[in-house]
Amino acid sequence: MLDQLVVNGKKATRDGFGDGLLEVGRQYPQAVALCADLVGSLKMDAFIKEFPDRFFQAGISEANMMSMAAGLAIGGKIPYTGTFANFSTGRVYDQIRQCIAYSEKNVKVCASHAGVTLGEDGATHQILEDIGMMKMLPGFTVINPCDYAQTKAATIAIAEHQGPVYLRFGRPSWPVFTENMPFEIGKALLLQKGTDVSIFATGHLVWKAVEAARELAAHGISVELVNIHTIKPLDEEAILDSVQKTRCVVTAEEHQIAGGLGESIAQLLARRMPLPMEFVGVHDQFGESGTPEALLEKYGMGASHIVEAVHRVLARK
Amino acid sequence: MADLVQLKRIATQVRRDILRQTHYAASGHPGGSLGCADFFTALYFEILRKNDAHFSMEGKGEDLFFLSNGHISPVWYSVLARSGYFPLGELATFRKLNSRLQGHPATHEGLPGIRVASGSLGQGLSVAIGAALAKRLDGDDHLVYCLTGDGELQEGQIWEAALFAAHKKVDNLILTVDWNGVQIDGRNDDVISLGDLPAKWTAFGWDVLHMHGNDMQDVLRGLAAAKARTGKGKPVVVLMKTEMGYPIDFMMGTHKWHGVAPNAEQLENALSQLEETLGDYPYVEKYQPEGA
Ligand SMILES: Cc1ncc(C[n+]2csc(CCOP(=O)(O)OP(=O)(O)O)c2C)c(N)n1
Ligand SMILES: [Mg+2]
Repeated sequence: MLDQLVVNGKKATRDGFGDGLLEVGRQYPQAVALCADLVGSLKMDAFIKEFPDRFFQAGISEANMMSMAAGLAIGGKIPYTGTFANFSTGRVYDQIRQCIAYSEKNVKVCASHAGVTLGEDGATHQILEDIGMMKMLPGFTVINPCDYAQTKAATIAIAEHQGPVYLRFGRPSWPVFTENMPFEIGKALLLQKGTDVSIFATGHLVWKAVEAARELAAHGISVELVNIHTIKPLDEEAILDSVQKTRCVVTAEEHQIAGGLGESIAQLLARRMPLPMEFVGVHDQFGESGTPEALLEKYGMGASHIVEAVHRVLARK
Repeated sequence: MADLVQLKRIATQVRRDILRQTHYAASGHPGGSLGCADFFTALYFEILRKNDAHFSMEGKGEDLFFLSNGHISPVWYSVLARSGYFPLGELATFRKLNSRLQGHPATHEGLPGIRVASGSLGQGLSVAIGAALAKRLDGDDHLVYCLTGDGELQEGQIWEAALFAAHKKVDNLILTVDWNGVQIDGRNDDVISLGDLPAKWTAFGWDVLHMHGNDMQDVLRGLAAAKARTGKGKPVVVLMKTEMGYPIDFMMGTHKWHGVAPNAEQLENALSQLEETLGDYPYVEKYQPEGA
């Protein structure tokens, strides 16, 4: 299947958010958007141009923005908040917890520049803990799309979904390859059938997993590659079906190992089907300044690291 | 003590450093850095009473400085290097992998001169207040300085800190606000207006002073005046008018240069507007630390 994968150039996932948001604006008159002084970075200009009255510039006041979004949701609007992932989560965790999660408000927390691939701005901005924080909040849906097309589809899909959502995407230009694939919240996306090992990947690392799977195929290892864009709720049946067959697992994500996708899958397997498992992600470290590719390499999230993890897990099978 | 002419020469060189750092990193924030170059030069080469021999995290018996608007790190790195905190040549590593000169200031890599990470806006004033309280507890009569942006004042935490400092009479503290009137998405007045800023600080119980941040003589006057107002029961704030991008002709009068690095052509043009007064730092792709 991977040999038939069509790569349609490169685009940033945040562009998918911007284009998706414009669509949402057109389809849903009750959709509104808020931003905290990062309109250009979040690609919200097109929405603002077409729907100036439905956009609220909050200024550099993320806490205020989140609680205002809850108020807009009370009034029947579908608020989309936009800022960097760090300022969408850690900065405003209690506002989200109390006003949005606990109060069950239909707010879409849309977060760009997640992970080390934001690059040169460095660790202050490179949040690697956000999936964990957000998946722990009862009732929250957590989605980390892998490319431009999936981010656009997810941005549109969450408008229809009733309930709070954390949508996590990033800064760099990245291969676009899911254009003709379905997107459904909570449904894993099978990218390649295989028999030796299951790789479950999310976000930017899905592309790294594609590269790894190709390299492994050249060495006669058959990878089942599954894109888990929705980390919560987890598509448990799809994961178990795959693992039933391959009997071992590698997870890959641009996030701390603690609290991420791998941890969610480990919990599922511990309950239902304990099997050897390896984790590709950040091991209890902060990031730093550098180019996205150099940082993925340094922090153990390159294709070669996924390949190594597969070899390790196969040895334990 | 440096004289006015010498301070101006340093500030000009600092501006060249800012442009070159951001150019070679192909990222970073030249606009606010350029606007604050006179302030940083005055602070590090004239105002701060600091221990030049070595950097200590605790900074006992020294004045301390905290940069809250961490994105203008290039100006801070330049004055830190040029006042001896670390080798000048290390500026070549700005924003590169394995550098101590992170995109936003950090303590994690052990860069001398930095006492807390900043970059996520709105937090530095609170840290400065804490450090000022520690000095007071220790009977250390040195001062704590802090710089924030003006857009940054939209963060609620700033005003929590402002209330606290006035209530607790934290009068060994001098806050300067880079009042350039702009932020990422445009003019403060178009994003979220700060309204009558002097009146707000006054109402919050602060002693409010003004200075022109792009006039070295006025910066020296303003900071000296601020110093004279410490110890009188009120925290002191200096509202510093600056121009983002000053004095590069094509960088002024807009917010566009907040976070964009000059390309080769723009760098050349900008540098042609600034005399190389003290010598540029050598730029090399792979910096080798001295003695390594
Ligand atoms: C908490 C937080 N929110 C958003 C940002 C992104 N950001 C970086 S600089 C900036 C604008 C700051 O404006 P100002 O303080 O006026 O600084 P200037 O643009 O004048 O340098 C923003 C929104 C951030 N760094 N931290
Ligand atoms: Mg400003």
